[in-house]
Amino acid sequence: MDDNTASQETAERETILSVRDLTVGFGPKVVLDNLNLDIYRGEILGFVGASGTGKSVLMRTVLRLLPRRSGTIHILGEDYDSLGEEERMKLDMRLGVLFQHGALFSALTVRENIQLPMREYLDLPKWLMDELALLKIEMVGLAADAADKYPSELSGGMIKRAALARALALDPDLVFLDEPTSGLDPIGAAEFDELIARLRDTLGLTVYMVTHDLDSLFSVCDRIAVLGQKRVLVEGTIEDMLEFDDPWVQSYFRGKRARSIVPQDRSKTSQALRHGLK
Amino acid sequence: MCDDTEESSRYDSARLSQARKDARDLKPADPSAAHVKIESLPDGAGHRLRLGGRWTNTGLHAVLHDLEEIGRDRAADDLEIDLSDIAAMDVAGAWMIRRLARTVEANGHAAHLSGGEGRFQELIAVLPDKVEKAEEPSETRSLFTRLFEPVGKLAYSFWGDFLSAMHILGSAVRGAQMKLGRASGVSPASVVNQIDHMGVKATPIILLMSFLIGAIIAQQGAFQLRYFGAEVFVVDLVGILQLREIGVLLTAIMIAGRSGSAITAEIGSMKMREEVDALLVMGLNPVGVLIFPRLVALTIALPLLTILANFASLFGAAMVAWGYSGITFAVFLQRMHEAIDLSTIVSGMIKAPFMALIIGVVAAVEGLKVGGSAESLGLHVTASVVKSIFVVILVDGLFAMFYAAIDF
Repeated sequence: MDDNTASQETAERETILSVRDLTVGFGPKVVLDNLNLDIYRGEILGFVGASGTGKSVLMRTVLRLLPRRSGTIHILGEDYDSLGEEERMKLDMRLGVLFQHGALFSALTVRENIQLPMREYLDLPKWLMDELALLKIEMVGLAADAADKYPSELSGGMIKRAALARALALDPDLVFLDEPTSGLDPIGAAEFDELIARLRDTLGLTVYMVTHDLDSLFSVCDRIAVLGQKRVLVEGTIEDMLEFDDPWVQSYFRGKRARSIVPQDRSKTSQALRHGLK
Repeated sequence: MCDDTEESSRYDSARLSQARKDARDLKPADPSAAHVKIESLPDGAGHRLRLGGRWTNTGLHAVLHDLEEIGRDRAADDLEIDLSDIAAMDVAGAWMIRRLARTVEANGHAAHLSGGEGRFQELIAVLPDKVEKAEEPSETRSLFTRLFEPVGKLAYSFWGDFLSAMHILGSAVRGAQMKLGRASGVSPASVVNQIDHMGVKATPIILLMSFLIGAIIAQQGAFQLRYFGAEVFVVDLVGILQLREIGVLLTAIMIAGRSGSAITAEIGSMKMREEVDALLVMGLNPVGVLIFPRLVALTIALPLLTILANFASLFGAAMVAWGYSGITFAVFLQRMHEAIDLSTIVSGMIKAPFMALIIGVVAAVEGLKVGGSAESLGLHVTASVVKSIFVVILVDGLFAMFYAAIDF
C-alpha cells in the first residue's frame, strides 16, 4: 500500500531531467547503451556504480561535455538540441555543477569565483553581488575570511564548499555533484550531506549526486540509481537496493563497509528513513 | 573598491557577453519581473508593501531602485510586507526582502511578513541577519615606503634568485651522486631522452634560422663593402661575426625560448601537482632527478646545435655571396681559411655550455617558484624566457669584454 502511493506520488511529480535511450561510446567501445533515467523535482538522486562503468561519462554527456551517439536528453523539460542560443543560455543558468576536484578558477579568489557567473548573467549592482557572494559563502559553511582567499590557499574540504557555493551562485534548479564528499573527513562529509539536504529543503533544489559514500546514500538520498552493464541496473529506495538481486549491488549495499550502516531490521529502517526525510 | 559601472563594463567587453546582454535586455519587458507597490494602512499604522512577480536574480533588477527608496523614506514607519503575489523567489530575492526588514527594524519599527507560500517566508527566515565582510587591514604607509618598496622587493628577489640558482647548481652536482645502490647517479636514458627533445628536435628550426641570418648578414655586408670595392671581405665579416658571436647567441636565445620555457612549464606543473613533494618524501633530490638530466642534456645539446648553426649560417652566406657578388664557393672557402683561425671558433664555442647552464638554471629556478594557480605558471614561464634571454645576452657581453681584455 505504502509503496503504491509513493510510486503514484513519483509519477505525478515534475520530471526535471529525463534521459531516453542514451548511447555513448568512444571508438569501438560502447560505454552507455540505451540508458534511461528520470529525476524528479525536489529529490536527491544518488548515483552509484563500480569504477569505470561510466558515471562520469553519463554526467558529462548530460552536461553536453561529451557527444552522444543517440538518445534524447530533456533538462527542465527542454531538449537542448532544439533550443536557440538564448534559450540555451537561459537553460545553462538553471544548472549548477560541482566538479569532483572543485574546478575553481585558480586565478580568482573564492568571491570572484562565485561572482563570475553572476557578473556574466545578472544585471545586479556590485554591492548586491558582493553581499550575495558572501551569503553563499556563509550558506555553504565557509568562514567569511575565505572569501578573499585563492583556491590554492584552501583545504580540500573548503574547496568543495567553495565549489558548491559557485555551483549555487545563480540559484539553479538542478545541481550536479560529482563525488561531493570524497576526500572529506566523516564529520565534514556528514555536514556536507546535511548542507545539501538543507539547501534542497529551503531552495527547492534538485540534486544529481554521483557518490561512493554509503553514509550519504543512506542519509540524504531520496532515491538511488545503480549504473552497471552500460545502463541503469536499478533505481529506487534503499529498500529496493537491498532487495535487488545482483551480485554487485548486493555486495555494495551489504558488504563489510555497509554492514555498520544498514541495520538488521531493514523494513523498519526504511520506514524510519522515509519519515526522517519527509 | 571599483565603481560598479566601470566594473561591469569591463566584464561586458568579454567576447561572449554581447549575446548574454541581449538576453538580459529582454528582461525588463518581461511582465513577470519583480514589482513592488506601496500603500498606506489606515490609522497611521504604517505602510503595506505589496510584492509581486518573480523575485529571482534575473527579475530583481526592476525593483532595486524602488527598494532603495523605500528603505530610505519608509524605514521610519511600521511596515507590512505582503508576499501574496510573488510567483517565484530565490536567495537573491529573499535577501533583498530580508535586508529591507532589517533596515526597518534597525530604526526601531516593526516589519511584518505576511501571505505568500510558506516556503518563501521560510527561506527569508533562514537567511542570516547580515553578512560579515572580512576586515581588510587598512595600510597607512608613507610615500617614501611606497616609492621604494618595489625597488627593495626587486633587489631581494634578485638576491633570492641568485641564491636558488646557486643552490640548484650545487645540488644538481651533489644530487646526482646521492643514490644508494646504484653505481651512477645519472640515468643515461633520461639524459638521452632530453637531448632528443631539446637538441635533435630543435635541429630543423635552428638550421633554418641560422641559414637565413647568415644570408642576411652577407647580403647587407656585401652591399656596404661594395662602396669600398672590398666585397670579398664579406667572408671575413660573416665568418668572424657568426663564429664568435651570432651563432652561439642566437642559438641560445632560440633554445631559451624553446626548451627553457618547456623546462619551466614541466617543473612548474609538477610543483603544482605536488609531484616535486612526492619525490622529496621518497628521499630523492628533486633537483637531481628532474633538473640534473635537463642541465646535462642542455649542456650537450646547445654546443652541438651551435656547430650546426654555424655551418648553416656560413652556407647561407656563401650562397648569397655567390648570388649577389659572384664570389664562388672556392673563393669563399679560400678567403675564410685566411680570415678565421682556431681561436675564433674556440672563443665562440666556449660560451655555449655557459649559455646552456644559464638557460637550464634560470628555467629550473622559475619552475620551482610556481605556486598553486594556472596564472602563476604562465607568469613564471614568461619570466623564465625573458630572464634567460636577458642573462644570455649579458653574459655574451661580459665574454666579449673578457676576450678583449686578454686579447683572445
